[in-house]
Amino acid sequence: MELTADLKAALIRQVAEAVISHADELTALDQAIGDGDHGVNLKRGFEAVLAQLNTLAEKDPGEILKAVGTALVMKVGGASGPLYGTLFMTMGKHLPPKFSLSDLAQAFTAGVEAVKVRGKSDVGQKTMLDVLVPVARTLQESNDDLLSKLKTVAESSAHATIPMKAVRGRASFLGERSVGHMDPGARSSSLMVLAVVETLENHR
Amino acid sequence: MANVGIVVVSHSPDVARGTADMVRQMVGEEVKVAWCGGDPGGGLGTNVEAILRAIEEAWSERGVAILVDLGGAETNSEMAVEMLPEMRRSKVVICNAPLVEGAVVAAAEASAGSSLEQVRQAAEELCRS
Repeated sequence: MELTADLKAALIRQVAEAVISHADELTALDQAIGDGDHGVNLKRGFEAVLAQLNTLAEKDPGEILKAVGTALVMKVGGASGPLYGTLFMTMGKHLPPKFSLSDLAQAFTAGVEAVKVRGKSDVGQKTMLDVLVPVARTLQESNDDLLSKLKTVAESSAHATIPMKAVRGRASFLGERSVGHMDPGARSSSLMVLAVVETLENHR
Repeated sequence: MANVGIVVVSHSPDVARGTADMVRQMVGEEVKVAWCGGDPGGGLGTNVEAILRAIEEAWSERGVAILVDLGGAETNSEMAVEMLPEMRRSKVVICNAPLVEGAVVAAAEASAGSSLEQVRQAAEELCRS
């Protein structure tokens, strides 16, 4: 599959629109266990990304990722700004202009590792990492039917945060009361992965 | 060399401004105090651009100590520090201390001409006492 300017624009647009159109759901999830700003914060960040869509789509993939990350860092305003910003920026730094699937897996994994450092967190703590880590593993492992595997993993791993107890972020203040709600960061991560997968499926 | 500067980062602009007022009342003009609060849309939250501006405003060659309230303020402050020019990064610390008391104690220590590390220790001592 060739990464044309059209496909790059479609990927950026679909990821941004997936987050923006689910802003109310993300906010509702965050109101249950956090401070209720996840949807509106990410919406502001991705609207800033969409505003640059035409210039972004002409760039190399790594440069696009870095620019998206910077926009999120500057515009989101909650902890999710630096966390997603770090994911995109680090991935961008590691992705060569022409890349193989294994380059992509490595770049994504580097981004996820950087999120662990930024958030001082890891899997099992009811965060976006509970989706990003299994997605990174799927990218590294599988070649057959990768897109549908990624979709399944993104959805099931977000759902798997429901019974978890939060130990990081504002949700950790609730302790046991955070159990029973899906983590909003896990949900937004899964939305982004699903948007990428669906865009690629439609371009096949 | 000018005293260590203080930056107050809160989710609420009111809390940040009020904390900075208290610090100024304690230490007068001897210590530069800058504050920021609120997300880029004007709601409660913190934002990297505003933190970078506040660091610039409070800048001293001796360094800048940042005091934060909740998690996002810390994460955004860490991000801001990493985005500084390399020469400046090592001269900015984020104190693991309560916001208001930490800012007042840090500024009082700074006003005595203390080093950045002494200022940080004075603020962080609050958590241990």
